[in-house]
Amino acid sequence: MNIQIILFIVLASVAAVSSVVMITRKNAVISAVFLVLNFFALAGLYLLLNAQFIAVVQIIVYAGAIMVLFLFVLMLLNTETEHKLFVDKRAIKFFSILVSAFVFVQVAYLIFFGHPSRTLTPDEAASVKAGTIQAIGQQLYTNYIIPFEIAGFLLLAATIGALVLAKKKFE
Amino acid sequence: MSSIPMEYYLILSAFMFSVGVAGVLIRRNAIVVFMCIELMLNSANLTLVTFSSYLGNSIGQVFVFFVMTVAAAEAAVGLAIIIAIFRNKKTVNIDEINIFKW
Repeated sequence: MNIQIILFIVLASVAAVSSVVMITRKNAVISAVFLVLNFFALAGLYLLLNAQFIAVVQIIVYAGAIMVLFLFVLMLLNTETEHKLFVDKRAIKFFSILVSAFVFVQVAYLIFFGHPSRTLTPDEAASVKAGTIQAIGQQLYTNYIIPFEIAGFLLLAATIGALVLAKKKFE
Repeated sequence: MSSIPMEYYLILSAFMFSVGVAGVLIRRNAIVVFMCIELMLNSANLTLVTFSSYLGNSIGQVFVFFVMTVAAAEAAVGLAIIIAIFRNKKTVNIDEINIFKW
């Protein structure tokens, strides 16, 4: 067995199990910690896919910045009534799982029978080249310069919006 | 990379997306619902990176970059809204936050 397959199995099972654990814990802080674990497993999978830049950004932005923000808000707000928030109605639970299973079956059907993606022959050298920060930066600063600038503006607007929303009490 | 079939990554991504959907529907804590949305965004990112890598084309990863930007903006604004609602209603239970219902 090849090391890549072993790594894939380990990382994929960590990602899958941590996502399931995340939605089944009653304590929101534990959910957040398992989401961080899931993000780390995903970063490993990105490395396995030769996407080095995205793997690093995944850890810095998602596991570092966004989840710290989530944990900060969780700690800030009162979570002692957490157990009441976990839904006890069996019908809602049952139908939610039914709906999500339906979504999964649909997508899985499309993946296996929809399109002959099996015929795609991966090119290792091209894949390594596509994942480098040089290739991504070249695309970002030439073909995608306008979306890039808009993304910067969006972040500025979000910062101001978050500041305004969190600052004052709205009636 | 070449020894792993692409379907494995896609199935993992589909599974994580469905878990995110189930989480949004089951959980009643607004912050956890938000985290489930992040999970769904991440599963979409995994699909984009998979296709980008197997096609040897970096544009999929550029798109993942933009998805991350939007996710960061969304998290900041959404959490600010949750804080504002919590100040007003003293709860983050989405069953009790129904002022838009009539």
